[in-house]
Amino acid sequence: MQLIFEISKKGRKAYSLPKCDVPEAPVDSLIDSKFLRKESPDLPEVSELDAVRHFTRMSQRNHGVNSGFYPLGSCTMKYNPKVNEAVARFDGFTKIHPYQEEETVQGALKLMYELDGMLSEITGMDQFTLQPAAGAQGELVGLMIIKDYHLNRKDEKRTKIIVPDSAHGTNPASAALAGFDVVEVKSNEKGLVDMESLKSLMGDDIAGFMLTNPNTLGLFDENILQISEMVHEAGGLMYYDGANANAILGISRPGDMGFDIVHLNLHKTFSTPHGGGGPGAGPVGVKKHLSEFLPVPVVSKMGDKYYLDYDRPLSIGKVKSAYGNFGVLVRAYAYILSMGPEGLREVAENAVLNANYIQNKLKDKYFLPIDTECMHECVFSGIWQKEKNGVTTLDIAKRLLDFGFHPPTIYFPLIVEEAMMIEPTECETKETLDEFISVMRQIAEEAENNPELVKSAPHTTVISRLDEATAARKPILRYTK
Amino acid sequence: MTRYIGNTNEDREQMLREIGYENISSLFKSVPDSVLLRKKLDIPEALSEMELVKSIKSTSKENKNTDEYVCFLGAGAYDHYTPSPIDQLILRQEFYTSYTPYQPEISQGTLQAIFEYQTMISELTGLPVSNASMYDGASALAEAALMSCETTKRKEVLIASTVHPESRQVLYTYAKYRNITVKELAYENGQVSLDDLKSKINKDTAAVIVQNPNFFGIIEDVELISEIAHENKSLLTVSADPISLSILKSPGEMGADIAVGEGQSLGNPLNFGGPYLGFMAVTEKLMRKMPGRVVGQTTDKDGRRGFVLTLQTREQHIRRERATSNICTNQALNALQATMYLTFMGKEGLREVAEQCLNKSHYTYNELIKTGKFRPLFTAPFFKEFVVISEEPVSLLNEKLLKNNIIGGYKIEKDYPHLKNGYLIAVTEKRTREEIDTFVRKAGE
Repeated sequence: MQLIFEISKKGRKAYSLPKCDVPEAPVDSLIDSKFLRKESPDLPEVSELDAVRHFTRMSQRNHGVNSGFYPLGSCTMKYNPKVNEAVARFDGFTKIHPYQEEETVQGALKLMYELDGMLSEITGMDQFTLQPAAGAQGELVGLMIIKDYHLNRKDEKRTKIIVPDSAHGTNPASAALAGFDVVEVKSNEKGLVDMESLKSLMGDDIAGFMLTNPNTLGLFDENILQISEMVHEAGGLMYYDGANANAILGISRPGDMGFDIVHLNLHKTFSTPHGGGGPGAGPVGVKKHLSEFLPVPVVSKMGDKYYLDYDRPLSIGKVKSAYGNFGVLVRAYAYILSMGPEGLREVAENAVLNANYIQNKLKDKYFLPIDTECMHECVFSGIWQKEKNGVTTLDIAKRLLDFGFHPPTIYFPLIVEEAMMIEPTECETKETLDEFISVMRQIAEEAENNPELVKSAPHTTVISRLDEATAARKPILRYTK
Repeated sequence: MTRYIGNTNEDREQMLREIGYENISSLFKSVPDSVLLRKKLDIPEALSEMELVKSIKSTSKENKNTDEYVCFLGAGAYDHYTPSPIDQLILRQEFYTSYTPYQPEISQGTLQAIFEYQTMISELTGLPVSNASMYDGASALAEAALMSCETTKRKEVLIASTVHPESRQVLYTYAKYRNITVKELAYENGQVSLDDLKSKINKDTAAVIVQNPNFFGIIEDVELISEIAHENKSLLTVSADPISLSILKSPGEMGADIAVGEGQSLGNPLNFGGPYLGFMAVTEKLMRKMPGRVVGQTTDKDGRRGFVLTLQTREQHIRRERATSNICTNQALNALQATMYLTFMGKEGLREVAEQCLNKSHYTYNELIKTGKFRPLFTAPFFKEFVVISEEPVSLLNEKLLKNNIIGGYKIEKDYPHLKNGYLIAVTEKRTREEIDTFVRKAGE
C-alpha cells in the first residue's frame, strides 16, 4: 500500500481553522528572519477522506485483540473493555491541564489516590507512585529507590543487582541504567532460582534481587520466602517485576512474599490497551520503610482535600513530567472497579486454568521442558520439530498467522531453546482454546508430513516474510522523494 | 463469572477433568501455603457497567475542564485544536488493542504508521533518523543526555536554565545514578547566556542542552550555541515545540546533533499530563547509539515493500545490560495520534496553526501591557507563550480569573523564585479575540 506522502498533492487539505480574528503581522516582523525556516516541512497534503481511508487501510493490516486470539506470552493480551475507553474520554479527564490549581482537579487527584490504595491492597504494599510511564520505567524507579535506600544508610558498597537468567531484558538494562553492576543467577533444572548459586552470590555488595514471580517460564518459585529471607539477611532488597502479576491476583501478594518493591504493568494485568506498543503505565509500590524515596509528587489527602505533595526530601526525584500516564490510570481504575475482589481472583484462576489446559493438550506434540503445573503461561520448545523436520519455532509462529492467530512470544525466555511462550489470558473461552490447540496440533503434523508448507509460511497475509537482515544492514528509516 | 472472563463454571469443571485436576486450587500447589492470601481483597465490590459509568462520571465532574473554562495555561502542555476524525481513527481496534509489532506480517499497519511518523519527525526536526517515540519530552531529553555522554565518553552536561523545569528535574534524576554532572547555564533577557556557556564549557562537557522556544516562550539563538558546543566537540541537543517547527528553523539546520521534544501538541489531549509522547531524532552518526524502537523499510520475499522493527541489537531484549536504554513499551498510540494530526493538518495547516499562535500571543501580550497592570520582562522574540510581571500576586490573579471561567497562566515564581509575580501565558490558535479580550479585561481589573 502507498505511503501518505505518495498520495499527497499540493493544494489538498484535511483541516479547517477559523480565520485569524486578531491583527495579523508578517511572521518576520515578529521574529527575526534568521530564526525562520525558508521552506515548510514537507508534510502530507491530502483530503480528509484520503486521510481517513489511509489510516483505515493501515489498520486493516494489523491484528488486534478484537481480531482474534493473541497469546503473546509475558504481554498479557487480555480484552480491553470498551467502557474503559468511554470513561477515559470524559471531558473532566481529557481536558484538564496538569498545572491547574489543585482545587480544580480534585476528581483526578481522588482517582489517583484511590488507585494507589487499591493497588497497595492487591499487592500487599503500603504506597504506590503512579508516575512511571511503563514497566521498564517502573523498574528504573525501583532500582533508584534501592540505591538511595542503601546510600541513605551510608551503606555504600552495595553495587550489585542480581537478576535470574530467565529475566526480561529490561531487568538488567534498568539495573545498568540505575548505575548497578548486574550479576546473573542461574535457574535450576526445575526452572526456578538455583538456591545454591543464589547463596554463593550473597554478600555485603548485594543491593537487591529482581524477580518475576511467576517467572518467565510461567512457574511460581516455591522457595520465595527462603529467597526473600536470604536476600534480606545479606542486607539486600527484594524487587518484584509485576509483568506476570495476572497469575496471582487475589491468590497471593508480593508484599506477603517478602518483596520490598513492586512494579505493575497496568497495560498487562489491568487491561489497559497496549496501543501498538504503548502507552503503558508502570506504577511502583513499596513497603513503608521505602515510602520516603518515592518520586515526587505523591498524591496525599488532608481532611477531605487531595493535594500533590512535593515536600519529600529523600525522594529520588522525578522520572517523568507531571504525574504519570493519567489516561491509562483511569482505565485501570475502571477495570478494578468492574472486577471487584472476586472478579480479580477469577481472573487469576481462569488465566492459570487456561494456560494449564493448553499445556496439557499440547505436550505430546511439542517438547515441554518443565513438566509441572504452570501458572498463567506455558513455555514449550520447538526442538522436536527442529531436529526431526528442520522446522523452527519461527516457522511454526509464521504458520499460525495463516489461521488468524497471533503467535506466542518466541525465542524467549532465553534459557529455553526454540522457546514458545503461550499466555492465553482469562478472557478466552474454552472453544477458542480448543481451536488454537487443534491448529497447533495440525502444525505439528504438517511439520512432519509437509515441512515445506510450514517453512514457507505465512501464505495468507498481506505480505510474506520480510528481509530483516537488509533492513538492519542498510537502514531506510524515512521516506524520501 | 464476570463479563470479561470466557469460561463458564461448567467449562472450568470440564477443563479441569480433562487435564486431570480436581479443582482450581490444585493448579496453584506450587504457591506455598505460607504466602497464600487467606482473605478477600479489601477493595470495593464489583460495579455493573451502569454503576461504573455513573460513579466515574461524577468523579470527572469534580474537575474543571478546558471546555467550560478558557485556558491560557501552557508551560509544556497546550490546549490546541484536534480534527475530529482522529479520535475515531485512533479507536480502530487494530491499532489500540495490538502490541509491539513483533510479527511484521500482521502488523504492517502499526509499522507503516511508525515509518510515516519517523519521516514526519525527521521533516520537522531536520535530522535524518527518528525513533518510534519515548515516554515524554522530559525523559527523551534525559536519554539524549545519556546518549551524549556515552558517545563522547564525557561525564558533564550543560543545560540551559531556560529549559522546562520538569525536564531539568528528570535529567537530574537520570544523571545522578550514572555519575553524570549536570550544570545549569544562566540566562540574559530570557535567553541562554553565551558568556556563561563559554565559561562553563570544557573538555568534560558531553552535551549542551537547550530548549527552543524555551520555557519562557522565547526563541534562543541556537546557531551561536551550536558553534560554541561543536568547537568543544560537545553534542548539542535541542528540545523543540513541534508546532513551532513549521515556521522556525529546524534543530538540524541550526546544528543540533539530537532533537527531542514533547509531542503532546500534536493532536494529543491534555489528559492531566499524560499519556503524551517524547520524540527524538538524531544525526546519521548517532543512529546506532539512539535509544528506543526504530522501524525500517525492506522487502518481502516476493519483492513487495514492507516495514520491520530494525537496529534491534541496540535494545534491551537483545543486548540486556549493555543496551542503549531500558525502554521497551513506548508511547506508540500517542505517536500514531501525532502522525494523524500532522497528516490532517498537513503542510499548510501546521503553518497556519503556528501563525495564529504567533499572532494571538502577540496580540494578548500587547493588550495586557496596555492595561498597565502587567509589565514586560524580556524583549527577546517569542512564539506562542510569553512572560510578564503581574502587579498582583499570580495566585490571587488566577483565583479571580477562575471565577470568570478562565484558567489563567502559569506561576513562574514556583520555578524561578527571583521572578516575583512572573506570569507565563500561552495563547493557542483556539483562543478567539473575544476570549482574549475578556481575559485581558478581567486580568487588568
